[in-house]
Amino acid sequence: MTNKNGTIIRMSQIKKVYDTGKVKVEALKGIDLEIHKGEMVAIVGPSGSGKSTLMNLVGCLDTPTEGEYVLAGENVAGVTRDQLAEIRNRRVGFVFQNFNLLPHITALENVEMPLLFGGVRPKERRERASEVLTRVGLGERLDHKPTELSGGQMQRVAIARALAMNPDIILADEPTGNLDSSSGGDIMSLFTELWQQGRTLVIITHDAALANRASRIVEIRDGRITADHAPA
Amino acid sequence: MNTNFHVILSLFATSSRLQRKRAYLTVAAIAWGTVAILLLLAFGEGLKLQMDKNRRSTGENIAVMWMGETSKPWKGMPPGRPIRMRIDDLDLVRARMPQLKSVVGEVVSWRTALTYGRKTVNGRVIGTNVEYGEARKHYPQAGGRFLTPEDEVQRRRVIFLGDEMAKDIFGDEKPVGKVLLVNNAPYLVIGVMQHKTQMGMYGGPDSNHAVIPISTFRAQFGRDRLNNLLIETPKPEQMRSELKRLNEIVGAKYGYDPSDDRALPAWDMVKSSETTRKILIGLQLFLGIVGALTLLIGGVGVANIMYAVVKERTREIGVKMALGAKRRWIIMPFVLEAVVYTLIGGALGITVATLLVALTALVPIESNRVLSFLGRPTLSPQIGIATSVILGIIGLLAGYFPARRAASVDPAATLRYE
Repeated sequence: MTNKNGTIIRMSQIKKVYDTGKVKVEALKGIDLEIHKGEMVAIVGPSGSGKSTLMNLVGCLDTPTEGEYVLAGENVAGVTRDQLAEIRNRRVGFVFQNFNLLPHITALENVEMPLLFGGVRPKERRERASEVLTRVGLGERLDHKPTELSGGQMQRVAIARALAMNPDIILADEPTGNLDSSSGGDIMSLFTELWQQGRTLVIITHDAALANRASRIVEIRDGRITADHAPA
Repeated sequence: MNTNFHVILSLFATSSRLQRKRAYLTVAAIAWGTVAILLLLAFGEGLKLQMDKNRRSTGENIAVMWMGETSKPWKGMPPGRPIRMRIDDLDLVRARMPQLKSVVGEVVSWRTALTYGRKTVNGRVIGTNVEYGEARKHYPQAGGRFLTPEDEVQRRRVIFLGDEMAKDIFGDEKPVGKVLLVNNAPYLVIGVMQHKTQMGMYGGPDSNHAVIPISTFRAQFGRDRLNNLLIETPKPEQMRSELKRLNEIVGAKYGYDPSDDRALPAWDMVKSSETTRKILIGLQLFLGIVGALTLLIGGVGVANIMYAVVKERTREIGVKMALGAKRRWIIMPFVLEAVVYTLIGGALGITVATLLVALTALVPIESNRVLSFLGRPTLSPQIGIATSVILGIIGLLAGYFPARRAASVDPAATLRYE
């Protein structure tokens, strides 16, 4: 579904204004960004720079106030909430800092969730979910609930969930932020592995070590992209 | 649509559950409301059935007329003239109105001495026609009978007793076949009336009077002016027009304006039973509304809990949205959850109410004067259907509004924070 030059994300002059009633906050002041298939892009910047806003827009959790956003050839402007949900389901796999697993269901059921929304039949759902969980090294933990898993394992479940629908991009927001350095390292290696398998990853991070593993670093400050370069 | 339903069921099955205590309280509130509405409606239904039965015990499709005074001038005659029909007028009415089911006259002797052995009771004695028995529901107890045409033709001295009066005179003795004195003339007791609880009456309850043939009455008491005229129509809707026709016939003979309703004031039981029916429907409606309001409070409880649940599950909702849940997949499991709590509570309430109603059936009402008017609480299929519909609507509403709030959750905002 990508166009000929392999562009997955194309943002042009994206602006996002939060209108809180009294004050208007301009979180993004005109972002131009292209991400190609197979890239591993780290987005870095201080807090309040607009990173999270950018992540919400890239992940179609929110829509821009102005500008054009084409995700895998599909224009995201002006679509309904349900269409946006469908785009998220098919195109984006989320990995969050705080995992955001549903605590009362098993690892397998968590991974099945996006497949459920994608209309996959129960039997195939279970097969695909256990297959991705096995791929991230949790084949033995299918029936464990998140509370019975370590932080690193939980993040692996989250990554498996992000991979389940085989999306165009994996979008990770501070994926190592809540992990100790050893399990953080494991997760970084897993991301590198996924990148080497040809997946497209966008990682928002403070972590210089993780950023340096990316193929490209985009620095953002004050709602604008200030630098866009390969890692040092 | 099929896959949607399957998704909704899967989501419902995997969504987090209420805390146990909360679930119990929610279900209990609905059960309580259901019991309230069912008992109120059952009470109303019982009252309706009983009043219907009691009302019919005076007679159906009948009208009773008194001898009144004209209130309008007619052909040069002033108003205020008394109209007094005679026993012989009955034949005139019968001849002119053959379509009537029965035309019955009543002649009354108040405070008449009825003596059996050493005991004398003063009571009402009514001279009337044979058809009175059917029209006014004077059914004999086993071993007795009502008046027959032969009694009337042969002016037999036979007497039919109301059950209370029979008890007053005879105590524990069997009255049928005994001879008692009516103003010192001997009468053979031919029957005693079956007990009935009477809603409408004139002159007094039927159980407290005695009935003799009208011909015998005329011979003994020497009176031929009617106290009451009673007509019975085959169908209730004919009563209005038949009363009009009756006034034309009697008005022509006695010289009064047929539209003058004071000449023969009528108690139209068809009309008054219609009124009673409307009052009872109103009463049931009122009881139903009171019950529904109680149930509504339970529904508000469910909605309240569901709102709290939406708040607690904001993150869960946000995560599901990020993973691609559409609006209906957020809304429907919540609605389903509320409906399930409501239906469990409703089923519990229906069970309890049914048991309570079944218990009231063990209380005997025949011997109790109050209960024989109030009747026995009764659950009808209509009540069950109405209650189920109300429960369903309450469950849907109690789920829908909180679920709508759930669907308006902003996933971007919920996922960002711890």
